Amino acid sequence: MPVPILRLDDVLVASIQAALTDQDLLQLRDDLSEKVGRFRARGVIVDVTALDVLDSFATRTVRGIAYTARLRGARTVVVGIQPDVAFAMVQLGLTLEGVATALDLDEGLALLRRDAP
Amino acid sequence: MPAEVLVPIRDETDIVTARQRGRELAAAHGFSKTEQTLIATAISEVARNILAYARRGEIVLATSEHQSRPCIVVVARDEGPGIQDVDVAMREGYSTSNGLGMGLPGAKRLMDAFDVVSAVGKGTTVTMRKCVR
Ligand SMILES: Nc1ncnc2c1ncn2[C@@H]1O[C@H](COP(=O)(O)OP(=O)(O)OP(=O)(O)O)[C@@H](O)[C@H]1O
Ligand SMILES: [Mg+2]
Repeated sequence: MPVPILRLDDVLVASIQAALTDQDLLQLRDDLSEKVGRFRARGVIVDVTALDVLDSFATRTVRGIAYTARLRGARTVVVGIQPDVAFAMVQLGLTLEGVATALDLDEGLALLRRDAP
Repeated sequence: MPAEVLVPIRDETDIVTARQRGRELAAAHGFSKTEQTLIATAISEVARNILAYARRGEIVLATSEHQSRPCIVVVARDEGPGIQDVDVAMREGYSTSNGLGMGLPGAKRLMDAFDVVSAVGKGTTVTMRKCVR
């Protein structure tokens, strides 16, 4: 099931709805990259609130989304990592190095607005 | 809830199924939500390895008791190419597929007990266990 991408002014919001397959996640990366150009977006928010697990592949791909968007001129904020998911990621040894994170959608938007040039 | 759950791993949707079944089984045996997530994440890693390296295999989820605490036992087995040197494969950062090389060592940290038996050309069996705190 593809991830819906909403537009809030110059920010794209991708709300991941349920347990995603790898293919959905790769599709999201490509969709976001394309839409950043089409809508001249300056920011991307990836909302992972609904994700029950962020394993090594998902983490690598979310990182890939952020790096790809950055090369296209947009900043990415990952929001909504649940406390137990965060704990599991740390135990697993995974990081989102170089990727901005925020507690929830509101905080993510505030972060993008605050740092806007 | 049956005592044993078998999830065939043939494509990526099976990874999601396996970790959901693991979570359900853990929930039914009194594991906390945090522990359920640790177990689901470890299952995700070993299921992913089956798909990546052996293309197909299976995950068997069962419960047991250890020092009078309920435990969940996860067996991930395949008849894929096997691992030449398990000690090397367990090293953080070691990957033959451009991965992060975090799957096996990470899953070991998430669980209480972890064991890999592998023979080149025969296949790989990963057995891991976690018990209620
Ligand atoms: N079921 C398996 N069959 C054959 N080889 C395996 C299997 N599982 C793991 N391996 C080998 O062990 C190595 C390490 O596995 P591990 O899961 O730790 O890292 P990875 O899969 O390479 O990367 P990551 O899981 O971080 O994306 C793999 O690169 C692979 O060579
Ligand atoms: Mg792996």
